[in-house]
Amino acid sequence: MPERILEPTPGQTVGPFFAFGVEYPRMHEVVFPHSPGAIVLGGTVYDGAGHPIPDALVEIWSADAHGVVSRHRGALRRDGHTFTGFGRSATTDEGWYEFWTVNPGAVDGRAPFFAAIVYARGLPDKLHTRIYLPDDEELLAADPLLSSLPPEERATLVATRTPDGHLHHDIRLQGAKETVFLAF
Amino acid sequence: MSTTETAAAPESLLAAPDQASQAEITAEIRATHEQADALEAGGRRVPMTLVDFPPYRSSILRHPTKNPRLVDPETIELWSPAYGQRDVAAIESDLTLQHSGEPQGERMTVQGRLLDSWGRPLANQLIEIWQANSAGRYIHQRDQHPAPLDPNFTGAGRAITDEHGEYRFTTIKPGPYPWKNHVNAWRPAHIHFSVFGSAFTQRLVTQMYFPGDPLFALDPIYNTIRRQRDRDRLIGVYDHDLTVPEFSMGYRWDIVVDGPDATRFEREEEH
Ligand SMILES: [Fe+2]
Repeated sequence: MPERILEPTPGQTVGPFFAFGVEYPRMHEVVFPHSPGAIVLGGTVYDGAGHPIPDALVEIWSADAHGVVSRHRGALRRDGHTFTGFGRSATTDEGWYEFWTVNPGAVDGRAPFFAAIVYARGLPDKLHTRIYLPDDEELLAADPLLSSLPPEERATLVATRTPDGHLHHDIRLQGAKETVFLAF
Repeated sequence: MSTTETAAAPESLLAAPDQASQAEITAEIRATHEQADALEAGGRRVPMTLVDFPPYRSSILRHPTKNPRLVDPETIELWSPAYGQRDVAAIESDLTLQHSGEPQGERMTVQGRLLDSWGRPLANQLIEIWQANSAGRYIHQRDQHPAPLDPNFTGAGRAITDEHGEYRFTTIKPGPYPWKNHVNAWRPAHIHFSVFGSAFTQRLVTQMYFPGDPLFALDPIYNTIRRQRDRDRLIGVYDHDLTVPEFSMGYRWDIVVDGPDATRFEREEEH
């Protein structure tokens, strides 16, 4: 393993006025809405006082339903059928983010999850997290990250399956139920 | 599932009754840097960008209080969405050509290379930028700064890095702008950058600044990066060789995305 030779460029806040720079048509539609297998993944981003954050940005990146990591282009210009795995959602005035996507399949036999990044005005740098599917208890129990966490922290990384088959997952930047964020 | 509570407007719309002076904010910046240095001297791992940075007032309720959990990246995190040259039209990287007329201000180019920590160029990655116009005004509807909008300038662009990892934008130098963090708060001129690397862990959102800005020491956002040598890497370098005679000023700004470690090399060697 060679030594790193360059120092990384530091991150900064996305600021308040990112919408016109990063938004593009259907950016939150990783798959076509209501297409076979399509689900909604949504939730609220909260601050430390329990208030929703109306100027946050959430990105997800995941494998397809078979656990295959897409190498297809088209996340920026959606054609309505190619699965690229990437989506972006700016929160509403109520702090709500939402994606149309599919349940990712297990990659390498591991518990399936969405890799997620949160940005916001007032947040000095990006935050990495994961959004695990709640369905396969055995895989979740075997997951190295989840199994290293106490139950209340583990709960912040596992989405809730709604009665209609969608996924609900709130993200808390601070506070009693603060989401577990990751460094690599 | 959704809550009906509507959050407070951004600080650009609010005048806080108990705002700090610039001198108080500057002192807080210095004290916060010193605390971070002390933590590091005590053996703690301290990130380049401090998320707990009270002089940046809107961060107070928006930063995690726990240290991030150090994990080995899983397969998906070692890949990133695929982009290609045809995803972005050439005109998207020239912010001066997006309207019928010429925008006001100082025409400039910024170009550089996207590299990983080992100095390898990252080709076919997406770079997005957004910025204020030459008067310091964003087109965003929530920007209430009473400086003029420019009908010939939107201030957003995209580029895909070429086979050498190079990107290039033509734009107008953005102006500094006031905000409501404290009394007489002004942001140094900057361009927002969003950058994809070849792994999702390398994802970067940051800001590029201009040499010699007198607002650097006063700005809490720039100073969320605690060490001078790290802050210096956010400043574009004026390069007279990139300046085009009788046309535009040239800046060079290379971008380095971080890690991740060993697994990246194993994967690359499979190809
Ligand atoms: Fe800005």
